[in-house]
Amino acid sequence: MSETTVRVAEGPALVLAGYEGEPLRSLESYRAVGGYAQLEKARAEDPQAVIQQVIESNLRGRGGAFFPTGRKASFIPTPDKIARPIYITVNADESEPGTFKDREIMLKVPHRLLEGCLIAAHAIQSKQVYIYIRGEYLEEYESLQGALGEARDAGILGGVEIVIHRGAGAYICGEETALLESLEGKRGQPRSKPPFPAISGVYESPTLINNVESITTIPSIFALGPEEYAKIGAPPDSTGTRLFCLSGNVERPGVYEAPHGITARHLIYDIGGGVPDGRTLKAVMMGGSSFPVMTPDDLDTPLDADSLGKKGYFIGSGVVTVIDERTCIVQFALRVAQFYMHESCGKCTPCRVGTRWLVQLMRAVEEGTASERDLDLTLDVCDRIIGKCLCVLGDSAAMPVASCVTKFRDEFREHLAHGGCPFGGDSQLAGLFAPVDQHAHTAVPQEAPV
Amino acid sequence: MTSFRDEVQELKTRYPEGTRSAILPALRLAQERHGWLSREAIEETADALELTPAYCYSVASFYDWFHLEPVGRHTIDVCTNVCCGLVNAQAVLDAFERELGVGPGETTPDGEVTLRAVECLGGCSTPTIVAIDDVYRQSVTPEQVPAIVAELGQ
Repeated sequence: MSETTVRVAEGPALVLAGYEGEPLRSLESYRAVGGYAQLEKARAEDPQAVIQQVIESNLRGRGGAFFPTGRKASFIPTPDKIARPIYITVNADESEPGTFKDREIMLKVPHRLLEGCLIAAHAIQSKQVYIYIRGEYLEEYESLQGALGEARDAGILGGVEIVIHRGAGAYICGEETALLESLEGKRGQPRSKPPFPAISGVYESPTLINNVESITTIPSIFALGPEEYAKIGAPPDSTGTRLFCLSGNVERPGVYEAPHGITARHLIYDIGGGVPDGRTLKAVMMGGSSFPVMTPDDLDTPLDADSLGKKGYFIGSGVVTVIDERTCIVQFALRVAQFYMHESCGKCTPCRVGTRWLVQLMRAVEEGTASERDLDLTLDVCDRIIGKCLCVLGDSAAMPVASCVTKFRDEFREHLAHGGCPFGGDSQLAGLFAPVDQHAHTAVPQEAPV
Repeated sequence: MTSFRDEVQELKTRYPEGTRSAILPALRLAQERHGWLSREAIEETADALELTPAYCYSVASFYDWFHLEPVGRHTIDVCTNVCCGLVNAQAVLDAFERELGVGPGETTPDGEVTLRAVECLGGCSTPTIVAIDDVYRQSVTPEQVPAIVAELGQ
């Protein structure tokens, strides 16, 4: 059983509508809160009209890329234009550090995800949906499988086949083209784009790929009407609510549904109860570990893509992880770099070699063997990774590390002056074990010279 | 009891003909039967899928969840990514090391338990998340570790 706090913090309940603490896993419980009514409504409409409404709602991808969901659907050719099957794949490979919302959707409102899938299937006239669920998610898989069985028996699928496909432990498979490769039974290495999945995705066929939360939001657009939906949050670009993942050094961590545009301060202090034991907030892992860290002076930034973007931040997958004063920021950067080194698929050299280099540099700073030059070198390495790989995994290592070096340069310098970590062993992340000492997917030893 | 081959044939029906998509579920099934993906398990999977063992191995070796070396009868995976790290994952991992007498990536000498430190498991709201035989357990504290290990021994 998940012990995560999951609730609507403020604003309308959309993704979590009807959820009052008891998971809506059975068809009966979901029907009791109006479940599948929006599917009926959507099915009575012309597919193009359904896509149009999603476009008008300006729903954007909740997996991290924030791409307009309706527009993505509009890129899919109609069946009369192409003699191939049209597929939907749902990205349920939730693995971004700090993200734990899709899991709760699958546990609490699995039928709403299915309803969203079926509305999307009607919109792009697809008969086949694959839900690619993270391999470690067992209870979530069972919850979804149970809901799917009931929906199938009740005749709700209406000729659409939904298959739940389990991954096997690879962060990179959350990248859409790596996911497609993995679904096709290959090593999960990203593809070169174009062609984009909408034209040639899984099995060389048009494929719509959406995150779990994006798809699960769709029924609420039809319940409210796209115009009403688009008024919620921070229009015009960041409409609707989202499930914020609040974690780290905070009194009341959890998954909180709230409209776009609430501030980080409000989420952390009012909803989350602030930092325990009167400690000071040092930084926020904003959007996920793939993005620049937020400093305390930016806590009043509204959590919407525009406001965050103006300050160089990303909303990502809705992650807000609080880091208090006890944490050594070099250790944070090292741990983050280790993660991306572990998860690099090895296909592109800047990422494969660069992530390893970043780990070596961060370790040298932490151990006190680095020099001022190494800090500049770190920024240079980051610069040579960003934008130079097939997918964004390399960028995801470089952006947080570069932001730590830039925003906390004094703390890095203290390490150099001190000949090691000034926190001694007191930092929360002290000595945190790196899961493996090599690239998991490429078998390149960590200590091999760069 | 249905044979492995039959079960793999059923898996293949979920995907378009001529594709290799059944490989992940088939490898999962093989690992569940054998405990790990031994050479024999890989060959059996390859045979059922009509693929080469080399291809199956190349795929299996990409994914963390597959064991390419023997593991204990039980597995304990402690999340040590940033969010759990901020709220005491290290102490939980240390407690397991003490209790089991092995480090991360190692198996107890009696072959019972394999301890691993893993990346974010998606349970970041509660310190610390540990997967015991693949079943999530949230809010694990160092104090609970001896009882968890004792439970596995029974």
